[in-house]
Amino acid sequence: MEPLVRIGCGAGFAGDRADASAAIIAELARCSGPRFLMLETLAERTLALCQLERRRDPSRGYSPALERLLPHALGPCLANGIRIIGNFGGANPSAAGARVAELARNAGFPDARIAVIEGDDLSEAFSGGELRAREVGGAVLAGAPAVIAANVYLGAQPIAQALDAGADIVITGRVADPALVLAPLVHALGWDWSDWQRLAAGTLAGHLLECGAQVTGGYFADPGVKDVPGLAEIGYPIAEVASDGSFVVTKPRGTGGTVDRRTVTEQILYEVHDPCVYLTPDVTLDIGAVELADAGRDRVRVSGARGHRRPDTLKATIFVERGVLGEAEISYAGPNARARAKLAADVVTTRMRQRAPELAVRVDAIGLDSTFAALAGDRSLAACSPPEVRLRFAAQSAERAGVELLLDEVEALYCAGPAGGCGVRRQLTPRLASASCLVERERITPRVTFVGAAA
Amino acid sequence: MTGIEVPLYRLAHARSGDKGNRSNIALICRDRVFYPAIAAQMTAERVAQHFAARRPSLVIRYDLPKLAAFNFVLDDVLEGGVNASLGLDGHGKALSFFLLTATVTVDADLLAPSSAASADLLARE
Repeated sequence: MEPLVRIGCGAGFAGDRADASAAIIAELARCSGPRFLMLETLAERTLALCQLERRRDPSRGYSPALERLLPHALGPCLANGIRIIGNFGGANPSAAGARVAELARNAGFPDARIAVIEGDDLSEAFSGGELRAREVGGAVLAGAPAVIAANVYLGAQPIAQALDAGADIVITGRVADPALVLAPLVHALGWDWSDWQRLAAGTLAGHLLECGAQVTGGYFADPGVKDVPGLAEIGYPIAEVASDGSFVVTKPRGTGGTVDRRTVTEQILYEVHDPCVYLTPDVTLDIGAVELADAGRDRVRVSGARGHRRPDTLKATIFVERGVLGEAEISYAGPNARARAKLAADVVTTRMRQRAPELAVRVDAIGLDSTFAALAGDRSLAACSPPEVRLRFAAQSAERAGVELLLDEVEALYCAGPAGGCGVRRQLTPRLASASCLVERERITPRVTFVGAAA
Repeated sequence: MTGIEVPLYRLAHARSGDKGNRSNIALICRDRVFYPAIAAQMTAERVAQHFAARRPSLVIRYDLPKLAAFNFVLDDVLEGGVNASLGLDGHGKALSFFLLTATVTVDADLLAPSSAASADLLARE
């Protein structure tokens, strides 16, 4: 019987816990067979921010998560034959490769084989007009705004190619998240790139792992209703995959969290639209007939994924500049807090109407109506007498001045607004707008290079 | 049989996700026995009504009987989405819990303490 392939996910986003991978590495180190650690750190906006950083400093622009997640994971993985696959290359995979090589040397592994995948950046091969012609579902690119980032989602093939060539660490930029899991499976199990059923199963495993603890009881706990033991020390997921593509989702022993049919079901449908048509660069996944079965404590067996031919086009995400977002908050507490907060809101909106009439200002009362906003109409500020009210003002514009004026007006409530205003916080954030494009596969050429190899 | 009206929260759990200005909410039965009642009452039309204040342009429900779950896809309900919304929850992460505030009528017998879990459920609220 062929050994199972084990893949752990040590990070589901750039801000994920730096210590999450330690328990996975320890668990994988106790096992034999092919073992991999996957790190997903590149949300759409994260990559746009990486592109901006690369412009400021051409030696940077990889995911900030690299410096937080890699240093302590690298040595133990290399020492135990656990290979690492991560998209922390961000907007500059080759710079990330150089940095990881440095970290590997520092960890005592100067001979580590580090592969870099490039070819996802469209900004050179595609003109603004070509991207505009390929935009789907919107018109963000109309009017030729300044493009910050244009990256296509690559699939699993170049990653698998790097693993076939012996890479200990594979660093990518933008790839479809599930490809970070599918690639090592195809490499280790010798699956065919037109074996849609197995590719679908591997993609589903990747989909379940890519958000880290979201499948092991993270983002799930609801005290008294859906209790999760040991949430503070939650274990991140490991998939044990058989050669037929069936797999078990579990987590390292001795960790908190829970893996059961409920946690897995919530994650199966996470960010899915039509469950029968989940498009990826490698396969069209159909989860409509997926079945889950308990397979022991914190073990769920997943089967029944179906696959269809991969799409002919690849999806790309384009980011353009769109001015700034300004947010400012102030609190009112104690007797008559509601009326004082209401008065503060009136003062700011009145002054803004006079001074920046074109700017739409949103006002929320946090704790009352800020999250569901108009959805929960009976919980507006006018309808209750809370012990305290935190007001939040927000506006966005391509013109910075008006947005800054709003923040100044909220701050001025300190001395010129109603009694007892406190705790003003304000921030201005660059706004980015995103567009989706579909590009022809034949226009995209992924490249695999090894750090230190002759070009 | 006696029908009893309860918040969906007592019969199901949910998780939402986003892509642009589109939200998807996975609704999962706490117990498979609730599936038919939820399927009959939580139609796409009903969910569109529940979220009327966000003016969904389209709501589609996908059924996943093997998972005792439904996937609702709501178009244009995220105030422009995470890159454009002025609200705190541009992802619509909390919309899952708003869906669970809808009420449905179930056979009281199904809520009878047939298992420890459902007894526990009834004891709440």
